[in-house]
Amino acid sequence: MLQIVFDSLSLGSLYALGALGIALIFGVMRLVNFAHGDVIAFCVFALLWPSTDAMAIVFAGQLPWYLLIPLVLSVGAALSVLCEIVVFRRFRRANPATMMIASFALGFVIRYFLLMLFTSRPKSISLLPMLSQPVEIFGARLPLLQIITIIVTVLILLGLTFFLRQTRFGLEMRAAAENFSMARMLGVRANRVIMGAFALSGALAGAISLIFVSQTGTADIQMGSSIMLMAFIATVIGGLGSLSGAVLAGFALGAASVVMQVILPVDARPFRDAFVYGAVILVLLFRPQGLIAARGTQERV
Amino acid sequence: MTDTSISPFPVELTNPKKPARFALARRTIITPIFLSLLILAVATLAIMTGSRPFNQAMIDILVRVTLVVGLYIFIGNSGVLSFGHIGFTCLGAYAAAWLTINPLMKKTSLPGLPNFILQARLPYWEAAPIAAIFAGVIALILGRILMRLSGIAASIATFAVLAMINTIYSNWESVTGATSSVVGIPIVRNIWPYVGAAIIAIFIAWGHAISRSGLALRAARDEPTAAAASGVDIPKERLVAFTISGIVMGLGGAAMAHSIGVVTPDNFYLGLTFITLSMLVVGGMSSLSGAVLGVLLLSALIQGLRWLEAGVVLGETTFALPKGLQEIALGGLMIVILALRPAGLIGNREITFARFKGKA
Repeated sequence: MLQIVFDSLSLGSLYALGALGIALIFGVMRLVNFAHGDVIAFCVFALLWPSTDAMAIVFAGQLPWYLLIPLVLSVGAALSVLCEIVVFRRFRRANPATMMIASFALGFVIRYFLLMLFTSRPKSISLLPMLSQPVEIFGARLPLLQIITIIVTVLILLGLTFFLRQTRFGLEMRAAAENFSMARMLGVRANRVIMGAFALSGALAGAISLIFVSQTGTADIQMGSSIMLMAFIATVIGGLGSLSGAVLAGFALGAASVVMQVILPVDARPFRDAFVYGAVILVLLFRPQGLIAARGTQERV
Repeated sequence: MTDTSISPFPVELTNPKKPARFALARRTIITPIFLSLLILAVATLAIMTGSRPFNQAMIDILVRVTLVVGLYIFIGNSGVLSFGHIGFTCLGAYAAAWLTINPLMKKTSLPGLPNFILQARLPYWEAAPIAAIFAGVIALILGRILMRLSGIAASIATFAVLAMINTIYSNWESVTGATSSVVGIPIVRNIWPYVGAAIIAIFIAWGHAISRSGLALRAARDEPTAAAASGVDIPKERLVAFTISGIVMGLGGAAMAHSIGVVTPDNFYLGLTFITLSMLVVGGMSSLSGAVLGVLLLSALIQGLRWLEAGVVLGETTFALPKGLQEIALGGLMIVILALRPAGLIGNREITFARFKGKA
């Protein structure tokens, strides 16, 4: 029982962090960023030396953790901001479909850039190996990593909440998310806020990549897309643009996946994801605006 | 043609007299005819060169024309971005495979199929329409549920549909062979059936766009509130477009199955979804001509880059792009095109002999 709770919490953490990264950007510029998954993959591969071997040559990954973590986070943030400056700045006035396709094209570029350097073979990599030994809590044996994942996620969420509620920059960002043109008129600088959102979202991508790699022990060019898909869905169920909704829905999706894995009959288990997606459609039918509807995203007449 | 997308009720509202029958059809028929001629020109080119790889490349392009036109029928007319349509292509492709594979092979590889399908061995021209209608029926059923949604929620719901179809087809061992490929589909190398499929798709799209339902849907896309107030039942009109485009996607799926002879669920997942959507958006999301031109342009780009990747002999040195650069260049070019023309290459206009009217 406790096992299920922790499983769903740690899976939900990944989805929630991913959804948050997407929701942050959607909030300020109405862009559904499909390149986010590839930013995640890029952060992982930034640790490796370009090679075509199956065994990864860990390059930056050998750094002690107090250097490693800031490094990965800043790689993510830097790449994300770079994407904004080079690509998305040109699309501020484009319609959402165009922006979406542009972000997809950008993700494509990042993915094949990685493919060119590292080939498409998954690489095994052990990052922070001391985290994989199990610990005993309330009679259940849990991997230490799972607990750390959950703690880290909670810390990130608390930090982000503090940042958004207590700092001037956070205030500007929330204002921009609510009504972008109004915020600009009141003196919020658009470029700064948007770049801030991209940097935060990139740092979140870095955090996800660290957690994911230490959980699975492999670095795969495709790894971003599976998290991305779920995170993307979580963002919408949560209510596009609503950060707390995105987090909530991320955890809900994680829980739904784990619980269905347990309660479905064995024959139906391979179809688990189909049930999860079916549940997603049901939620959307009853709450098309999302669990927590963000202010300012309703269509106006 | 005057542009249907700009004035959704070009005849009824501007002209108090009852217009002559087929007036709209007569004014707009140039577009599908022109596009069909373009397709025929492409096919003739393929036959004249007579090279087999080139022939195959042209067949791929024609299949994509069918698919992207299918996407246009729903996305272009309703303005709702759908990620789920490749799911219907998947249904169509597998249905075509079920109906055309030799029964002896089916019995061992796909034992879970119902008996009448196991016995069946249809020629491809009978199997393809059945496959298309199968996809259409599923689209109708799913659409009944989904079309109540709009905007980004609808897009995500269609995404969920795609993922659901993919999960089911990747795991239903006895009926779809799970993730291993289904082989033994008769390969059709003749280019004309694909030309036929593409042209049929274009005419279906045109017929829908000028129909009462198509016009109402376009009106709802541009002015949802006004359209609803004028009595347009938006979910119903969307459902009509969704079903028709499901049929065309199914047809495209059948064509795709016969062009490569092998189907796996992952052929019909995110990769194909994004490439077809990109073609539609690059060409111009709400224009039939845009859909076709987008396919031709991006396919030409892809082919050209592949050719460079394979290596070009320039004098004494062979010039070849490193592997992976093809995709990077494609992504980069798409970004450039979209940055320069956010509404796609030709916006929401159509190709006609009259001068272009209206703005995007």
